Amino acid sequence: MNEDQVAEQFIVDLLQFLKSSKLYTDLFNAAQIEAFKPSLRVSELRKGVQSGLINGGWDRKLRNAIYHYLHTHPQQPTLPDPEHNKEPLLYIRKAQQTWEKKILKSLNSMCTELNIPLARRRAEREQKDMAARWTELGTDGPDLGQIRPVYAPKDFLEVVAGLQNTNYQNSVSNGGSFYNFWGIIQVPVKLKTINQLRVQYSEMSINQCQTGVDDLPDIPSELFDADRAKLGNKVLAANHAPVAREFSKKGCPDSMRGEMWCQMLGVEVDEVDILYYEQLKTCVLQHDLLVDNLLYKDVKLTATNDDHYFVFEDYLYQVLLPFSRDTVILKHFSHNCATPPKSYIRGKLGVEEFAVVYPPNGVIPFHGFAMYVAPLCYVYNDVVTLYHVFRQMYIQYFFRLHSVSSDPQGIVALSLLFEILLQTNEPELFFHLKNVGCQPLKIAFKWLMRAFSGFLASDQVLLLWDRVLSFDSLEILPVFAVAIFSFRKSNLMKVQTYNAAEAVLADVTTLQVVPLLQLALFSK
Amino acid sequence: MARLKYATDFDKSVLLNNFDTRGWVQVSTDDDWNIYWAGVHNIRNIFSVECGFRMGDDQVINHFPNHVELTRKDLMVKNIKRYRKELDKEGSPLAEKDENGRYVHLDFIPLTFMLPADYNLFVEEFRKNPNTTWIMKPCGKARGIGIFLVNKLSQLKKWSRDGKGNSFVAPTAKETYVISKYIDNPLLIGGKKFDLRLYVLVTSFRPLKCYMYRLGFCRFCTVKYNANVSELDNMFVHLTNVSIQKTGEDYNAIHGGKWTVENLRLYLEGTRGKEVSDKLFDDINWLTVHSLKAVAGVISNDRHCFECYGYDIIIDDNLKPWLIEVNASPSLTATTSSDRIMKYNLMSDVCNIVIPPGEFPDVRWNKVPAKENYGNFDLLVDEELAQAELLSQEVKARAGASNATVRGARDLRKPTTWK
Repeated sequence: MNEDQVAEQFIVDLLQFLKSSKLYTDLFNAAQIEAFKPSLRVSELRKGVQSGLINGGWDRKLRNAIYHYLHTHPQQPTLPDPEHNKEPLLYIRKAQQTWEKKILKSLNSMCTELNIPLARRRAEREQKDMAARWTELGTDGPDLGQIRPVYAPKDFLEVVAGLQNTNYQNSVSNGGSFYNFWGIIQVPVKLKTINQLRVQYSEMSINQCQTGVDDLPDIPSELFDADRAKLGNKVLAANHAPVAREFSKKGCPDSMRGEMWCQMLGVEVDEVDILYYEQLKTCVLQHDLLVDNLLYKDVKLTATNDDHYFVFEDYLYQVLLPFSRDTVILKHFSHNCATPPKSYIRGKLGVEEFAVVYPPNGVIPFHGFAMYVAPLCYVYNDVVTLYHVFRQMYIQYFFRLHSVSSDPQGIVALSLLFEILLQTNEPELFFHLKNVGCQPLKIAFKWLMRAFSGFLASDQVLLLWDRVLSFDSLEILPVFAVAIFSFRKSNLMKVQTYNAAEAVLADVTTLQVVPLLQLALFSK
Repeated sequence: MARLKYATDFDKSVLLNNFDTRGWVQVSTDDDWNIYWAGVHNIRNIFSVECGFRMGDDQVINHFPNHVELTRKDLMVKNIKRYRKELDKEGSPLAEKDENGRYVHLDFIPLTFMLPADYNLFVEEFRKNPNTTWIMKPCGKARGIGIFLVNKLSQLKKWSRDGKGNSFVAPTAKETYVISKYIDNPLLIGGKKFDLRLYVLVTSFRPLKCYMYRLGFCRFCTVKYNANVSELDNMFVHLTNVSIQKTGEDYNAIHGGKWTVENLRLYLEGTRGKEVSDKLFDDINWLTVHSLKAVAGVISNDRHCFECYGYDIIIDDNLKPWLIEVNASPSLTATTSSDRIMKYNLMSDVCNIVIPPGEFPDVRWNKVPAKENYGNFDLLVDEELAQAELLSQEVKARAGASNATVRGARDLRKPTTWK
C-alpha cells in the first residue's frame, strides 16, 4: 500500500468510527433542528445548517473527536497479523506470555490455597448490605490476612531484566559485543537522545515561566500568575483538546486542572457515562471477585498508610472495584502486548466455549496499583468523573507501565532511557553505584512503574502528570528520575552499599518537580 | 552565640532538642532563666500578687498572665460578644448586621450560652428550634474530656436546677459549661469530619503583633460522619481530638489521621475552585485577627510575654470557618514522624521570632523580627508597623510625591481593609 492508499484507508476507518459513535447521532439531531429553523431557505440549506452547527459549537466537538481518534489510533497500515499490532518482536511477546502464565498460576494457587473462588455470586442480603455501605467500604472490609499481592514492582523488574534479544549474541566470549549495556536492561530499543528530549520539552525550559514555580505566593502576581489565570480561562472556554494540551505544557493551575485534564483526555461525562457507572456498580454488588480482595488489600497497604491519600480511601474502592468489571478496557489490548488472562467455568477447564476473561477487564492488579487513582482524588470529587478520567488515563498511559513491550513509551524503553541518560549525564555516579552493587534502576524502577505516585508530595505528582498528559509522553518520568539522582549526587557518591544508596533516595517527598526537570534538561 | 538559660515545665523532645541545638543551657525554674517554657498552672503562681516575683529585662515567658480571657471557652465567648457590641455602638461598618440580626462580618463563633448562668436564655432559643443539636463543653477541661451532645432539654436537668437557684455564687471554671449550637453540616472530605488546628504566635497585644503558622493540620475522625440521632453518643464520629480518636479501632499510627493544610488547600482549589478556597483562608485569617482584637483590651500586655496559641476551627459545607476554641498550651506531643518534624520546626520558628537569633532577650526590643527569621510563619498583623506605614504614606502624600506601593507578596488581608 502506498502512502495515498494508507491515508485513504485511514480516513475510511475514521469515518466509520465517527458514524458509529454517539457524536454522530447528536450531530444529526442538531442538524435536523437547524434545518427546521424557519429563517432557513431551502436554497441555502447546506450553508445554513453548517453555520448553525458552528454557532452551536458542534465543529469544536467534531474536531475534538477527530483529534482524540488520531491520538489513539496509529496511522500506520495495519499489519497482517494482529499479534504484530500488539508487539512486533517475537522474543518480547514470548517473555510477556511467560510472565502472564506465571501471574495467573500464582493467582490460581492463591485461590485453591485459601479456598476462595475466583468469582461468586453474592446473596441478596449481602448485596443490599454492600449497597448501603457503598460509600464507606473502607470500614469493615473482608478479612484480608491471607491475601498477598500477586506481584510487586521488584518481581516485574526481574522479568524486564531477563529480556534477551535472541538474535544477538552479546556475550563477551563470542568475540566482543554488538552492543553493550552497562545497566540492567539488555534490550536494544530506539530511544530519544538528550537533545531530542530538550526539543520535545522545550516549553519547560528555564526561561519560560512555569506553574508550580513562578506562581508561588511570594512572587508578584503580575509577573506570571494573573496572566496565566486569564489565559487558562480562555483556553477552558475554547474547549479544544490541542489548545488545552499546549496550555498545560507549562503546568495547570490547581483550580483548572480538573477541566484541563478532561479536555486533554476527551472525557465528557454525560448521562450515558453516569448510567454506565451505575451498571458497573451493580456488577460489583452482584458478584464478588477474588480480584476485589486483591484491590482491598492493595488500598489498605498503600493509600491507607499514606499521609496524603488516606482521606480518600473510600473513593478508591468506588473506582477500583467497578474498574475491574469494565470490559471497555479489553479494547486496549489490541495495542498492548499483554493478553487478558482467561479462566474457565468450574468443571470445564480447557473447554474454549466456557472460557471467560478474568478479571472482566483483563487487568490483574499488583502491589501499588491503587496509587494510580489516589492523586486524581485531589482533582475530582465526583466519583463518576473520577472513574472515567482514571479509566482513560489507564487506557492511554498507565497500562504501558506494567506490560513488557518494545514500544518507546513502554516501561522497558523508559527504564533503558533512564539508564542511558544517567550514564550520559552522570557517568561517574553511575559507575560508582554500579561498583558498590547498586544498579540505579533497582531503585528507580518502582518510581517509574508507579509514575511517582506515593513517592512525591501530592501537588508535585499532579504537576508531573500535567506534563505526561500535555506532552503525551511518559518519557518525562525517566528524565525526572535522572534529575533526582543528579540532585542527590554528592550524597550518593559517598555510599558504599546498596542499602545506603537506598536510604539516600528513600524519601523524595520534599523534592520539587519542575525546577529539577529544568535543571536536568536545560542546564548543561 | 548567646548562651541563654532556659527553664521548662515540659519534658518534650521538640522543645529540648530545639533549645539544646541552640547551645542554650537548662536551669531550674528558681534560677535566673532567660526563657521559661511554663505550664499554665505555674503561670498563675508566677503572676500572682502574693508571689512578688518580678521578671528581669532579659527574661521572657511563654504565656500572658490572664490568657484565660482567650483560652477559656466561656471567657472567649464573653469577650467576643462584648467586642461586637462595642463596635455596634461605635457604628463601625464591621458590626453590620443582616435582616436576621446576625453579624455579617463577625459571625465566626457558633451561638453559645453559658450554663448555668444563661440557662433561661438558652431554653428560649432551644424552644424556637427544637430539632437542633447542641454541644456541651466543660469550661475548664481540655482534650475532649467531658464533652457530650444534647438534643433534648431533659439532658440538661442538672443545670436547670442550678440556674433557678442562688445566682450570687459565681460558679468556678470546674462547674460551668458552655453550650453551643452544634455545627451539624461540617465540610466532609472522603466522608469524614475533620477540624483544623492552626498555630498563632502573639508577641504583643497592644499594639497587636500576631503571626500565623503555615503548616497547620487537619485532624480527621476515623469513622464516617453520621448526623443521625442514634450516633450522637458515638464520640468517634463527632469529636476530632486526637486523644479521643487515638483510642478508636481504626486509628492509624502512620498518618495519625492528620492531613496538612496544604493538602486541604490543594483539594479545595482543585475541586471547588480558587476563589472560594482563597476566600476561606482569608476568612480564617480574618477571624483570627478579630478574636485577638476582641481580647486585646483585657489581656495584660506584659512585655515579657509571648504566647503560641492552638486555634481549633471547623469548616462547614458552605466553606465558612467557625472558631471553636483557642488553646493556650497546644500539645507538643508528636504522634507521627511528620508531626514531630512539624512541631520541631514550629518551636524553632517561635524561638527565632521571639528572641532574635544570637541575642539575649531584651524587654526593650521593639518586637519587629527580621523577615528572614519568620520561618514558616506569615505576619498577620503588626499594628505598630501598619500605623507607621500609614503615617509615612500621609507624609508622602502631603509632600506631593506619588505613592505607588508595590505589593510584593500576595496579601493576607492587609490591616487597611478593616479600617
